Amino acid sequence: MGVALAAENFPPPEFTTGYQFPKATEPGPRDASLSLVDAAVLLTALSLAAYFALRRRSRRELAILSVFCLLYLGFYRHGCVCAVGSFQNVALAVADPGYVLPVVVGAFFVLPLLFALFFGRVFCSAVCPLGQAQEVVLLRAVKVPRWVDQALGVLPFLYLGVAVLYAALGSAFVVCRYDPFVLFFRLGGNLEMLIFGVAVLLLATVVGRPYCRFLCPYGALLRLIAPFARWRVRTTPTECVNCHLCADACPYGAIQPPNVTDARIGRLEGRSRLAWLVAAFPLILAAGGFLGWQSAPVLAKLDPTISLANRVWLEEHGRVKGKTEASEAFATQGTPSADLYREAAKIRKRFDGGSLLLGVWVGLVIVLRMISLSVRRRREAYQVDPGACVACGRCFSACPVGRSVIAEAEGASISALTPGEEGR
Amino acid sequence: MSEDGKLKRPEQRISRRQILAECLRGAGVLVMGGALGSLVTRGHADNTVWQIDPSKCVQCGKCATDCVLNPSAVKCVHQYRVCGYCELCFGYFVDQRANDEERAENQRCPTNAIRRTFVEDPYFQYDIDELKCIGCGICVKGCKTFGNGSLVLQVRHDRCLNCNECNIAQNCPANAFVRVPAQTPYLLRTEQEEGPGAKQ
Repeated sequence: MGVALAAENFPPPEFTTGYQFPKATEPGPRDASLSLVDAAVLLTALSLAAYFALRRRSRRELAILSVFCLLYLGFYRHGCVCAVGSFQNVALAVADPGYVLPVVVGAFFVLPLLFALFFGRVFCSAVCPLGQAQEVVLLRAVKVPRWVDQALGVLPFLYLGVAVLYAALGSAFVVCRYDPFVLFFRLGGNLEMLIFGVAVLLLATVVGRPYCRFLCPYGALLRLIAPFARWRVRTTPTECVNCHLCADACPYGAIQPPNVTDARIGRLEGRSRLAWLVAAFPLILAAGGFLGWQSAPVLAKLDPTISLANRVWLEEHGRVKGKTEASEAFATQGTPSADLYREAAKIRKRFDGGSLLLGVWVGLVIVLRMISLSVRRRREAYQVDPGACVACGRCFSACPVGRSVIAEAEGASISALTPGEEGR
Repeated sequence: MSEDGKLKRPEQRISRRQILAECLRGAGVLVMGGALGSLVTRGHADNTVWQIDPSKCVQCGKCATDCVLNPSAVKCVHQYRVCGYCELCFGYFVDQRANDEERAENQRCPTNAIRRTFVEDPYFQYDIDELKCIGCGICVKGCKTFGNGSLVLQVRHDRCLNCNECNIAQNCPANAFVRVPAQTPYLLRTEQEEGPGAKQ
């Protein structure tokens, strides 16, 4: 068993010249302190991003930081460890007691969330290499209609649910597999990754950060937390004059116009919709759970063990001709297929429960999104939506009030907001 | 803009709301910190790293192409204790070498990463030059098929980035990539009979 699959055809010789067997080399893992360096870089970058975005209000300093993070976390560290994928490790660690969460991965998961709790999405602002990759290619942002923005904004939450399901059941880390940019960081990857990555980058030239807004599952977590932030990005340092320039400058649709005029009419209408939604709440959750449970067989097909078991079964019963690489490898290993079927059945059972929970999650996300659309908040001035704002800093220089404040405070230590770095 | 933080916000809310928000933030910090702490310190198990189980490996060649690093973090490792020190090594030479000659074109390794040195008649020692090795597994296959299986592919941890999910593991047709404790990061057979890494 073990290594000696091949029989020892040739017994090791007994040397007569006093020959000493060399030892097989076993270089140790990368020094743990080096991975702590990564965590320290992340912490420093997050602190700087918060300082630049909230205190200095400087897009130029954010841009310099973002280039550094793109080079270090992206190209130097090859996009690994990455905060966006780290929630999968956390999900696996929660579900599988045999898996221990590495400290660095834990730090990458929790630090951006903690910062979001105090400073908003400063991680997206200048630290996340995926965000920066889209930021640098943005040429001219097309305004995405609000309803499209709202509808597609549900996707990250659904993606989050799917990714947690697969990670927790140990099948795959879906987010890593379909990461659009990691291929550029590593200068290697498969064709699907390339097509997806190029498509996202092309889209990102005209739509601000499409991956962050409409797909990123970690962004979904940040979006949930950012509204509770202690300190937030503010467009204008003092009073808003309702000039709309900041909303024009924001490529991410994160600045909402005042709605005092239509609030009164919309409120009643929204209230009855809200009542219906609340009444239907348990029903929608139950329906979601049922549909999820029904889709378990489809979802389980992505699990490698289950798909291998299916393939081997089909081959054994003569339903398909030939072998895949995986079934060939399985045959070489000589494990009885009954063992494989038993293992697959075990995983399949866990998929039943997991898919049910996923269905409930999908129902919950949809209902909560509709409820949030039905609740109207009174806005008397232009307001930054803290969940959507990625603190890119474009609106700072767009705000005429901000500029006059700076003109008055000339002489103070403000190097920002020279004409050259106005928001695109 | 040093007085920036002290300026009144236009949308400032009543203080009850602020107190509630502070409580929520505090609870958030506690929950995140606590959950993470318990996950990180749970058990006294060590961190895990990726490794290839040589008993499952089928030398498909994906280790050379699918690693996020180029060249791959996977290299061939020689377990000298298992080796037969053959003169005619099928990890080193192709099966039907022309005229039994020990010329370069009769060698298996595409990068000439295996060094062959004479020990004593009729034994030869084979060493892997890891700088040249690309982890293609061609020699491993030859050794496993005809010899003792002393050449195996292993993830070299001085190179491995220990990604969230190993890119080769995703594409390994034999499911040979496993997470092993970081303290015993190699699945090698170090002793004659069974070493600590000989698989549980």
